[in-house]
Amino acid sequence: MKAGSKLKSAVDDTEVLLVKAPAAGVLACGGAPMVAERTGERGPIDPAFAETTKMGKRYTDAAGTVEVLVIKPGAGSLSLDGVALQLKDAKPLPSSD
Amino acid sequence: MDISLLLKMAADAEPDRVGLTCDGRNWTYAELWAAATGAAAVISRSECTHVALLDTGSEAAPIALIGAALFGVPYCPLNYRLADADLAGLLARIEPALIIGDVERVQRLAPDATHKIYSRADFVALAEKEAQPEREAGEDEGIAVQLFTSGTTAAPKAAILRHSNLVSYILGTVEFGAAEPEEAALVSVPPYHIAGIAALLSSIYALRRIILLPAFDPAVWIDLAAREKATNAFVVPTMLSRIVEALGDGSDAPDFSHLKAIAYGGGRMPVELLLRALDLFPETNFTNAYGLTETSSTVALLGPDEHRAAHKSDDPVVRARLGSVGKPLPTIELEIRDEDGKVLPAGEAGEIYVRGDQVSGEYRERSALIAGGWFPTRDAGYLDEEGYLFLSGRADDVIVRGGENISPGEIEDVLLTHPCIADAAAVGIPSAEWGEAVAIVIALKGAHPGEAEIKTLIRDRLRSSRVPERILVVEALPYNEMGKLLRREVRRLLAS
Repeated sequence: MKAGSKLKSAVDDTEVLLVKAPAAGVLACGGAPMVAERTGERGPIDPAFAETTKMGKRYTDAAGTVEVLVIKPGAGSLSLDGVALQLKDAKPLPSSD
Repeated sequence: MDISLLLKMAADAEPDRVGLTCDGRNWTYAELWAAATGAAAVISRSECTHVALLDTGSEAAPIALIGAALFGVPYCPLNYRLADADLAGLLARIEPALIIGDVERVQRLAPDATHKIYSRADFVALAEKEAQPEREAGEDEGIAVQLFTSGTTAAPKAAILRHSNLVSYILGTVEFGAAEPEEAALVSVPPYHIAGIAALLSSIYALRRIILLPAFDPAVWIDLAAREKATNAFVVPTMLSRIVEALGDGSDAPDFSHLKAIAYGGGRMPVELLLRALDLFPETNFTNAYGLTETSSTVALLGPDEHRAAHKSDDPVVRARLGSVGKPLPTIELEIRDEDGKVLPAGEAGEIYVRGDQVSGEYRERSALIAGGWFPTRDAGYLDEEGYLFLSGRADDVIVRGGENISPGEIEDVLLTHPCIADAAAVGIPSAEWGEAVAIVIALKGAHPGEAEIKTLIRDRLRSSRVPERILVVEALPYNEMGKLLRREVRRLLAS
């Protein structure tokens, strides 16, 4: 995984842009590892990771080792090594252009 | 990741929302995306290495910008105000290019070149016809934009901005879909200016409708802002000055209550002009943005609350912040360094260095980044105790008198407080005694105060080393069309 690449959920519609790639670990959506390209049939969403992803929002872990931008929303929710990612607080800046 | 993703996200999220209004036509995000994909097909067929725009602002600008990104070649908007000889030089540097805009002029200036040339209408029509809206956003990591710098001191340099620079800038400064449905940004900066490109990308990502004004004119700006109920606008100081002048005492001004925010940047804003604007637009939030082409636009800003606090304050330190460009963005590191590269403490002037993902600092020929990824901006300035950045001109403009560094800005600021001085520039002139000495060129708006009075003013407010040895009065100071003072022309005036 490297920053700038796109990843897709294997179990729902979610697609993310990797803003900051984690040094290690498994990035998952809906409880299933995310993939570069979807293949085959979609598995079920793990109910523990079904909080949805929101369009245009950024998600990160507590330590800030990973950051993703949701470019297509879906029914699953994101996790790194089984720990749910959190919505990143946006610090609003005044529009400067 | 490339910048086409920004428009793709807008088109996916709100396909039917109007994203652009230009010359009476509305474009939804889905229509803009479709045209951009068609443009990519046209560009791909052309076998060109650049996509150039030689035109005023129009829908062709975002369509060509995103289309070039989808195909993976640099978008290179050209300054149509350049003289023929200068423009011909730039055209030769981007051959073979797909050029959109002034067909006749390109044919005349580059008759034997292998450019593919389209009029705006032909290009847009073709792009719409060849749309492939189902395609994905690109994953290009190369050069998104190539901009020729204005060359106020030397030949134009080809500054390049990578997709990663521009995407970092947008993600770091704009929240996706942050705009309310009624929001609309009036964009009047030319397409070849970094602010013109940043305005397109920021507004698209915020889902804020763009109202494009092809060529700035104060009366048309006022009319369009009122008619289209603009909520946001970006202006360079000369534009604001002409708008303020056109509004006069404000008695004939249209209803501007919808205009929530004006951002300004791209040159030095005289405090007096800002105060008049604050009076004329009492409901409007003002934001001052400082940035460079090489930094993907804004790196520091002074927000609306800071404007108001400074406007109202009796504390001279707080009040002085109206003349500052604010604080660095959270995603930007900024340092002031001396000529040896040593980091200077608050209050000491030196050269401004910046670092961050949005900073390219790169030219076609070479990278200007130094150790650690820092970009020396060549702008001079200082930070106050609370971290507010004050600019004092280009580092190359610093006057070195007997080993003492003098910023032209500090002298100019004092001169502008005189009621009879309309405009002022300070530059160094050769001096047998000091190496360099201070000379000033001023434009008047009243009776000449006399050289003795001017010298006393400078001596009392600053110190004797700042007192000009030469004072020249002119009708008007030389600026380029974006409001940048042309100091080399000022020096030429003094030499002649």
